[in-house]
Formats: sequence, C-alpha cells, structure tokens
Amino acid sequence: MTGKTLYDKLWDSHLVTQRDDGTALIYIDRQLIHEVTSPQAFEGLRMAGRRPWRADANFATPDHNIPTTRNERAEGLEGIRDPISRIQVKTLDENCHDFGIFELDMNDERQGIVHVVGPEQGATLPGMTIVCGDSHTSTHGALGALAHGIGTSEVEHVMATQCLLQKKMKNMLIRVDGRLNPGVTAKDIVLAIIGEIGTAGGTGYTMEFGGEAIRSLSMEGRMTVCNMAIEAGARAGLIAVDETTLDYIKGRPFAPKGEMWERAAAAWRALVSDENAHFDRVVVIDAADIIPQVTWGTSPEMVAPITGEVPDPEQESNPSRRENMRQALKYMGLQPGMKMTDIKLDCIFIGSCTNSRIEDLRAAAAVVKGHKVAANVEMALVVPGSGLVKKQAEAEGLDKIFVEAGLEWREPGCSMCLAMNADQLGAGKHCASTSNRNFEGRQGFGGRTHLVSPAMAAAAAINGHFVDVRDMLLTLDR
Amino acid sequence: MRKFEKQSGLVMPLNRANVDTDFIIPKQFLKSIKRSGFGVNLFDEHRYLDKGEPGRDNSQRPLNPDFVMNQPRYQGASVLLARENFGCGSSREHAPWALDDYGFRVIIAPSFADIFFNNCFKNGILPIVLDEKIVDRLFGEVEEQEGYALTVDLEAQQILLPGGESIPFEVDAFRKYCLLNGLDDIGLTLQDADKIKAFEQQWRGVSPWYFGVQG
Repeated sequence: MTGKTLYDKLWDSHLVTQRDDGTALIYIDRQLIHEVTSPQAFEGLRMAGRRPWRADANFATPDHNIPTTRNERAEGLEGIRDPISRIQVKTLDENCHDFGIFELDMNDERQGIVHVVGPEQGATLPGMTIVCGDSHTSTHGALGALAHGIGTSEVEHVMATQCLLQKKMKNMLIRVDGRLNPGVTAKDIVLAIIGEIGTAGGTGYTMEFGGEAIRSLSMEGRMTVCNMAIEAGARAGLIAVDETTLDYIKGRPFAPKGEMWERAAAAWRALVSDENAHFDRVVVIDAADIIPQVTWGTSPEMVAPITGEVPDPEQESNPSRRENMRQALKYMGLQPGMKMTDIKLDCIFIGSCTNSRIEDLRAAAAVVKGHKVAANVEMALVVPGSGLVKKQAEAEGLDKIFVEAGLEWREPGCSMCLAMNADQLGAGKHCASTSNRNFEGRQGFGGRTHLVSPAMAAAAAINGHFVDVRDMLLTLDR
Repeated sequence: MRKFEKQSGLVMPLNRANVDTDFIIPKQFLKSIKRSGFGVNLFDEHRYLDKGEPGRDNSQRPLNPDFVMNQPRYQGASVLLARENFGCGSSREHAPWALDDYGFRVIIAPSFADIFFNNCFKNGILPIVLDEKIVDRLFGEVEEQEGYALTVDLEAQQILLPGGESIPFEVDAFRKYCLLNGLDDIGLTLQDADKIKAFEQQWRGVSPWYFGVQG
C-alpha cells in the first residue's frame, strides 16, 4: 500500500467533511492575525452579530505599519505619524480587546513580525493547521504544520467557523541532496529552487522540502526556505519534524509542558512523509551546485548566481517571457551581460519574515564586523524580526557591530520589506534586500530590489556593490 | 455577495505575465480599514505617472497615456484579459476588491496564483482559466477590433465571442453554486456546525495541546 506524505497526514487529521466536488472543510488550530488584513473581517463578524468560534485559537500582533525608529516607538500609538496607519493599528487593539483575542501590542517586548513571533512564542506547533491573512504564512510549515496564507473573507470565515473551505492540493517534493558550501545559506537554496521551477512552479501544490541539506538547516534556516514557498507559487511549504524541530519548540510559552510535552513530542515524531509515499512531482537539487544567489529582475524567479551575468532577453525563446525580461531590465535599469558583481547598491535592508531571526543577524554581523559601510550606500537598515530577537542580538553585542560599521539598528517590524511604514526605498535606487519580493514598487515607488541572503547583503553593504561573500569569508578565515 | 449570472462586457487586455498583487493595488492603499473605494487606485503605479497616496484626489493626477487602461476604447471594460500567473504575490484581498470596485466582473488568463484565484470567488468575480492558445487568440482579436465584447454565461459555462462562437470553461461545482446564488460561505459552513463540533471534540481528545494554552 502506498504510504502517506506529511501533507496527506496533516490533511487527513483535520478533515471535518468533504463535499462531492472535493471541496472540504478543514479544521484550523491556529489563526495568526495582524492589522492589515483583519479589520474588514472583524467588521464582518460585527455586522452579522457573530463571535469567534474559538477565541483562544487566535493570536495577534501588529507588524506591517509599525515604525522602526526608537523615538517613534517610545511614543506608542502616537509615534505612528501616518494617521491612517495609526487607525489601523489601534483598530487591531480594539478588535482583539472586544473579541477576547490574545494580542502582543506594538509596545510589548515580544511584539514583532507575526511569522517570527508565532514560532518564537510556541504559538506555532507541529501538526497544527495554521492560517493568517498573509501569504508568507507558509513560513510555519518549517515546524511540520500545514500553514498557508488566506484572504480577508477567509480570515472572517475561520474566525466564525474554525474551518477553512479547501480543495486538497497535489504533493510536491523538493529534495536538496548533499551539503552546502561555506557561505551558501537557506536563502540561496530557496532562491535557487525558485530559479529552477519558476514563480508558478508550485501553483496547486503543497511543497515539502527534504534531503540532507534541508535536514542540516537550523529552524531559522528552515523557516527561510518555507517562507518563500509562496514565491514558487505554493501556498504551503513543509519540512518534516525531527529532533531539531522539537529542541526548538521545547520550553516556549505556548508549547505544552511536562507530561503533556512528552505525549505531544511522541505524536509529532510521526509527522514525516512515509518512505513509500507518492509525490505528484519531485525536483532534485544538488546542494553543492548552489552558489550565492542575487535577483536581477522584478520576479523572484529572475535570479542568477553571484558569479553570473544579467541575462539577455533576446536569447529567450518564449515570447511572453522575453517581453517580461525586457520590462524587468528596463525597470531595474540593468543591461544584459552586466556582471552581477558590477551592480552598485544605494541601500541595504536586512530584515523581513524571511531573514530577521537571530541566525540571520549573526551571519550579517560576522561579515560586517570591523568594516565600514561603503560611501555610496545611502541607507543601511537592520530590522530584527521581534523584540526578543532584538534583545538576544543586543545581549550578543551584534547591535554594536552593526552600528560601528555604519548600519542603523532598528525596532522590530515588517519595515522596508513592503514599505507600508516610513521605511521606503527611493525611486531608481538599488537595494540589496534580505526580503522575499522584488516586484516593481514593492520596497517603495520606483525602487529596485535585489533579493539576497543576510551574508550577501552584509558583504554588499561594505563593498557598495555585490560581491561573492565566499571570497570575503576566505579572507575572514585568514 | 452579489449574484453572478450572465455578464456581457467590453474586454481590456493586460499583456503582461506574472502580474502581482502589488501591481494590482500598491501597499499604501492597504492601510484602509474598509472594503470599498479601491477602484480609483487599481493598477495605480502604471495607471498614473506619479506616486499615489490614500486620500489624494486622483482626478488631479497625471495619467500614463501608455497604459492600456487609459485608452478611450477600453473605458467601461468589465472583462479583463490577462497572461499567466495573474495575481501572484501577497494574499491581499484588496486586489479583487480594487478590480471589483473598478468594474471588472470576469478575469480570463491561462493561469492564476492560488490565493488570488480563491479570493475572487469570495467577491463575486469569476476568474476563468483558458488554454494559452485561446488566450493568445483573444489578445489578437481584442487588439484588432475596437469595442470587442464577450458574454460569459456561468450557468452554461460558456463564453460567447462576438462572431457567435462559444468557448466552454471549467469551474468547481461548489464555487459555481455560490456565485450563481450569491451565497455567503460562512452561513453555508455553519449549516455543518454539528460536524465541526463533533470533530473538535474528537480532536481535543487526540491533541489536547492545541487547546486553551495561553503564553
């Protein structure tokens, strides 16, 4: 008999009922909430006179609109200068209060990006189904949870019914065999995967990541990989539970304790795909072939190794793709054939739900330590993913390393990943960013984003243009 | 939700692959706590030449004459013809809200991103997946014939072309039923409240660690 994939197991254990056309009701264990996609859902509940089905399944924190300078934060809500943003954050506080929902508000020490805070608090647990009105909810799949982004109507639906209407996806396995070379990170793995299968390659699939290179990653690295599953088109990414997962969760505030922990851990160890499970598509990548990645275009699939060049659209045979490449190069102000290392940077952004965890900050700090940000870099931000990441980084002295090198050390939030707050990339400016999307205007009107790992962003900061961080690490070793 | 029965309308072609939700509605408009009023900022960064901000009088802003939406022949369009992977990127439902508020009721493309596709149905918009060759042909016809309009018959699952030819399309039975009847998902799901409660009780027994723990 064919075994089950991890996705099959999670789906089957949460199936409430299924209709004739395959549409199913899936029970949801956890809903994460932030200020941008929830106000209309709460309003919908009010209009219909409904209450949350299970208030304790919800967990909220504001992140998208939050200012990241210390002075603004010290003022609380009043520190949000934009009145529309302020109302949105205040509305979240009021809604959580009115509906009895747990919230880490903007000045709680534990506040941060919802996809950093959820796992950090143990609000994300293996075997759960998790939703959030944010596409990067795929992050939580790193803990062996079935997690994906939903729209606001679905946020309201889950609040009211504790269920999601879904059709089962197909199963995809991305196996990354072997070991990564030094200086190559989780971010490079996932960018290389997207470069290989394309930004719609995972559409209609749940994407499980496996293989030695994935197993060897820390939880932070695994979250980086699953975070960007959506950039490959897959709503949900997954990584099997192992001792790394359990070690990470044990002792976190929302995690079970004592005898309950032992029972839970025993159940969670079964959250792996069976040996003989069937995947509808399997992609195999050799970790040793992965070189640090840099995006050159306006879609995460427009990516090249740092040793490569900006491609020539005229060499592309598919007319739609060729036109897309032309549009992207025009927007980015780049010429075909240009070396990736010749791209100059005006801005550096280290942060976002992809790369703002402690390991990311350690990797960036190791590269900038003892150096100075290049003169042509006008702005260099380091934005920790949560108040607790910030605290940990400060305890390790990372903040001092960044500040001495000339980078700004900020307060936690989504910041310039999507630039809903005041942290915005200027028109025509090139940014080395550890975030997840290089779409037109994403980091600011007319801004030009290059997606990279934290180590690569740090190396770009001190050189003023992209460099192969592996070369720098060789120098550091000496 | 508004019922979707038959929709006849002018077609606007958006000849660009991987149109993302930031393209459809930029982030600064997501600060609103309302569901309405996003239509004037649909495709904002391409439709206008300057940077849009919430609360600005958009009638005073310079229009981008090169953007298809600003061409007189496409004014009043309610059918959007698009390329592959339309609606990729964020889960923002503001994207279908903006399309709907502007007046689009149907989107035709060779493929859609999953979250966006789902969000359309929640807002009375019908996204239709057609074979890339047919989409190519429609792009050609729309650009050739000014005033090119289609009729989309959801009940019959047919698109009627101006020449009288009709093209069939697929749609999930449940989604079709909800659109045709303008049904609210929550009300329908709550008809299964007993099943949800029974599941929840069983699940709480199996996995008590997911219930009632507060940090």
